[in-house]
Amino acid sequence: MTTAPSARDIRLPRLSLKSRRAKRFDDESRDRGIVSDFDGKKRGVRLGMGGVHLALFVGLVVAGLGPLLWLAKSAVTPTQDTLRQPLALWPNGIDWQNLQSAWVEVHIDQFFWNTIVIAAGSWFFQLLVATTAGFALSVLRPRYAPILNGAILVTLFIPAVVLLVPLYLTIVNPPLLGDVSLLNNYLAVWLPAAANAFNILLVKRFFDALPREVFEAARTDGAGPFRLFWSIVLPMSKPILGVVSVFAIIAAWKDFLWPMLVLPDPAVQPLSVRLPAVQGSIELDVFLAALAISTLIPVVLFLLFQGVFLRSAGLGGAVKG
Amino acid sequence: MTLTAKPPAAGPSASEPAPPSRPAPRKRARNLRTWVQGGGLSTLVFLAPMLIVFAIFSWSPIVQSIVMSFQQTNLLDPPTWVGLDNFAAVLSDPLLGTAVLNTVYFAVLALLFGFPLPILVAVLMSEVRRGKGFYSALAYLPVVVPPVVAVLLWKVFYDASPTGLFNTILGWFGIPAQPWLQSSATAMPSLVLEATWAGAGGSIIIYLAALLAVPPELYDAAEVDGASIWNKIWHVTLPQLRGILFIMLILQVIATAQVFLEPYLFTGGGPNNATVTILLLIYRYAFQNSLGGDYGEATALSVMLAVVLALLSWLYFRLTNRWSTS
Repeated sequence: MTTAPSARDIRLPRLSLKSRRAKRFDDESRDRGIVSDFDGKKRGVRLGMGGVHLALFVGLVVAGLGPLLWLAKSAVTPTQDTLRQPLALWPNGIDWQNLQSAWVEVHIDQFFWNTIVIAAGSWFFQLLVATTAGFALSVLRPRYAPILNGAILVTLFIPAVVLLVPLYLTIVNPPLLGDVSLLNNYLAVWLPAAANAFNILLVKRFFDALPREVFEAARTDGAGPFRLFWSIVLPMSKPILGVVSVFAIIAAWKDFLWPMLVLPDPAVQPLSVRLPAVQGSIELDVFLAALAISTLIPVVLFLLFQGVFLRSAGLGGAVKG
Repeated sequence: MTLTAKPPAAGPSASEPAPPSRPAPRKRARNLRTWVQGGGLSTLVFLAPMLIVFAIFSWSPIVQSIVMSFQQTNLLDPPTWVGLDNFAAVLSDPLLGTAVLNTVYFAVLALLFGFPLPILVAVLMSEVRRGKGFYSALAYLPVVVPPVVAVLLWKVFYDASPTGLFNTILGWFGIPAQPWLQSSATAMPSLVLEATWAGAGGSIIIYLAALLAVPPELYDAAEVDGASIWNKIWHVTLPQLRGILFIMLILQVIATAQVFLEPYLFTGGGPNNATVTILLLIYRYAFQNSLGGDYGEATALSVMLAVVLALLSWLYFRLTNRWSTS
């Protein structure tokens, strides 16, 4: 449960295998923007554009890369240097010890592992719920499907704030389980994350766009619903599964308020909850090293899977797609 | 590992207990058999994970929040009905006015800082012929940084001493050191500055995608009519983007109305309550109350906020649906 409705509220894209390929072809064949070739030949325009490009480049490097580079540098700089001359390019000494202290003494290793477990579990449950529900509602289509669609859609209009307190009380005292509490249990993070209407709609729309003939052919060949789901529909849906996975992992890595509420025991808390808590008790240089370590994985994942990330983010803009 | 963890429905594990009977086939055994043979049961098996998870963690909490806003609850004693007392208590809290004003102030500042900037950058980036991927990656990088890390890092940047990072930079231009988070005048703008940095990348990518959908013929036509570059931006590009601009505006208002992380981690609501937002107030009612959680008041306030936000999301949904079908 995140308070900022970032992924949840992005518009539902209508992407199918076919239209996406067509769209990419369009993008490549697009040979002009606002500035025409004719404009580009004018001297004033060319100079202006050059200046604009330079400003854009410098601005993006300073704002996008600057803070991260500073963090990387300060992670291995002694506290006094960072405090006295935060912008010195060459610190007086390099203190590799910071990284090790953060990893071992602050137990970043433990919290790192907790974060990974939380993200992996959220990813699994979100994918399980979204694909099975999407399959049932889009391909099997029982008579009562419209009612369920409506009941799922309604939850999109309810801001996450409303759920905060009742959901917390549900975790403290879950129904049907008697006196068991889910506090400090990762299920308390995984299962509410799986109740994500946006994922289901995203997957359902994708399934809706798959060719019906394939399903009919498979049914004629004697494939039951489970075979159809596992061997036909899922393999055809890799693009949307990738998108849902990115959303799920990122959201789990970012979430702060909910894990803080339902995981009060420091031994099971993720990085996002532990970092603010340890801030007061450790030295600045070790703290910055801890911040740097926590940033590393998301940034590396982003650099590796840039395409998937940017496409997922851009889905929101496919208004007319 | 205790409850609802269902294995991925790979095999015909048809022994699932049927979840809350939907089209309950309670007529005849024969009807039941035709229903099972017709695939009714396997459909329910596929729906089971969703039904269980939504029933417990979405639908029932939504109903509960409305019920609880009329109740006095403290987890120990059975809840008692108190009518509109919770709402009255919230509305008479002197902090509520401050929190609402602060949240509106945050939203307005976030619109001023954060709304035009991504549009401008996206329009400029769309004109770059080469290295567009590199620029997109640079712009999106702050979004990838975990929000908690971003806030804690900026807290270091906002060091109010003259050797703080931002104050050092201001010093290069001869501007005196600013108190940043330490003064009630500059605390909120500082929060918004960080939030803008953290969020702009996502908007830029969305605008870039929308800019690609502008038909190039429109620019050709405008040139035939003698339009300058500026004319083309003003009369072709921006009108073509107006749908997505409005959607992003609504989304931003919905998101900023629920801002929690920045005030909670940067300032904890201080100095002098200058950064107490509505969500921070809800959090305080429920989880930071020395007398035990006041869950009734917390839900009453969140229900009031939710009604406003639900109207906005409804508007958003209507617009996206209309624009995507046109």
